[in-house]
Amino acid sequence: MNRGKEMLRKILILALGLALAFFSGLSFYRSRHLKEPVVLGPGVTQVKKLSEYFPPLRGSTNDENVYVLEGAKTGGSILILGGSHPEEPGGRLTTWILAENAAVERGRLFVLNSANRSGTTVTRLGGAYPADYTIPTPWGGQKFRTGDRWSNPLDQWPDPEVYIHYPTRQELAYVDIRNLNRDWPGRPNGTLTEKTCYALTQLIKKEKVDIVIDLHEAELQYPVISVIVAHQKGQDLAAMASMIVSSEEFKLGIENSPKELRGLSHREIGDNTDAISLLFETPEPFLDATRGRTDARLLLEGKDEFVVKAGRHGLLFEKIDEKGWPIDVRVGRHCSTIIQVLDVWSQDHADKAVIMKNVPKYAEVIQKGIGAFLHDPAKVDPKRIYYE
Amino acid sequence: MFITILYYLLAAYVAFLMIWNIIKSKKWQEEVLYVIVLIPFLLRLLRLK
Repeated sequence: MNRGKEMLRKILILALGLALAFFSGLSFYRSRHLKEPVVLGPGVTQVKKLSEYFPPLRGSTNDENVYVLEGAKTGGSILILGGSHPEEPGGRLTTWILAENAAVERGRLFVLNSANRSGTTVTRLGGAYPADYTIPTPWGGQKFRTGDRWSNPLDQWPDPEVYIHYPTRQELAYVDIRNLNRDWPGRPNGTLTEKTCYALTQLIKKEKVDIVIDLHEAELQYPVISVIVAHQKGQDLAAMASMIVSSEEFKLGIENSPKELRGLSHREIGDNTDAISLLFETPEPFLDATRGRTDARLLLEGKDEFVVKAGRHGLLFEKIDEKGWPIDVRVGRHCSTIIQVLDVWSQDHADKAVIMKNVPKYAEVIQKGIGAFLHDPAKVDPKRIYYE
Repeated sequence: MFITILYYLLAAYVAFLMIWNIIKSKKWQEEVLYVIVLIPFLLRLLRLK
């Protein structure tokens, strides 16, 4: 072949590759910059930035919104974290409902919808995740980024061969240096994820937070599921809430936070601050290794024939049938568990009570759907809209 | 930060090698392969993925 034809072929192949890179890059860029509106509910009295508690975070991907709901009467302080693992949407959607609907009569509520915002801007490499999903609402629908378990490598790269947890020096999986729920209590001069945990720890200390609730979801093949994981300081509180929820609404267990497994919120927050730390888990079949097609339908409906089959073979730690685990059920569980924890806490600590209203319980979320509690950004004062 | 910069330089070097290989290759199948390998390096260098 003459040199002219050969050069033309090379240019065409390279152009084809660049076109592929352009369109895939455009898709990734759009997904990363998808705007997720939060319509501030009547209870939100202030929106802070996480960098107010740790200035080096200012301007970074994880300089996140902190929604503050302060009651007219003084009481305790509760911090609720959604999006520690953004690929577990039940947590983020629950905090969305809180920020857009909750009203606090006594005490203060601090709410983060994207505790690891960096993790919301990427999906799992090789996981074939959908870039986003839409929650149907009476006014159309609201789109959310799917996210990943870990921070975006664009914000923190490369990973070490072995992740050595600070300050305990426990050796953990390399990738977990980007896992917000393995980096507690954080390090001021560490990676972005460690700095984020450090900032959150400063928030807990400065605001004298009494209880931290970290919202998660789990694959059905994972033994810690449908439970409250409690630091020893919060075992009585979690046990009482678990008993009441189990008798009135749905089965909810309790697990003790292991003392030797470091970096997790339920262990480190309890050990390093005055706060009680609790972590909630609901079932999310989307995360199961034996799942079929990984699309938005699976994320929202929680139905998967292969996970059901795994259950028939006794490989799961939670029940599943053809009805699956829809997102409304999962978010409803989180909402009711939060309400119950606050009720039990407030009954036992009158001086540090936190009285919260307008948050739907399990049955109401299932009946009306999450979308009924998301508000149309087109119909409110733009000053009451914030973006995640 | 220093290690991150080093990794971006490494990614740029590998991307350069892929383009160099495309130029030097005589087989179209190899050229297609090099282009496919090149894409993730480009996306990382452009901070898109």
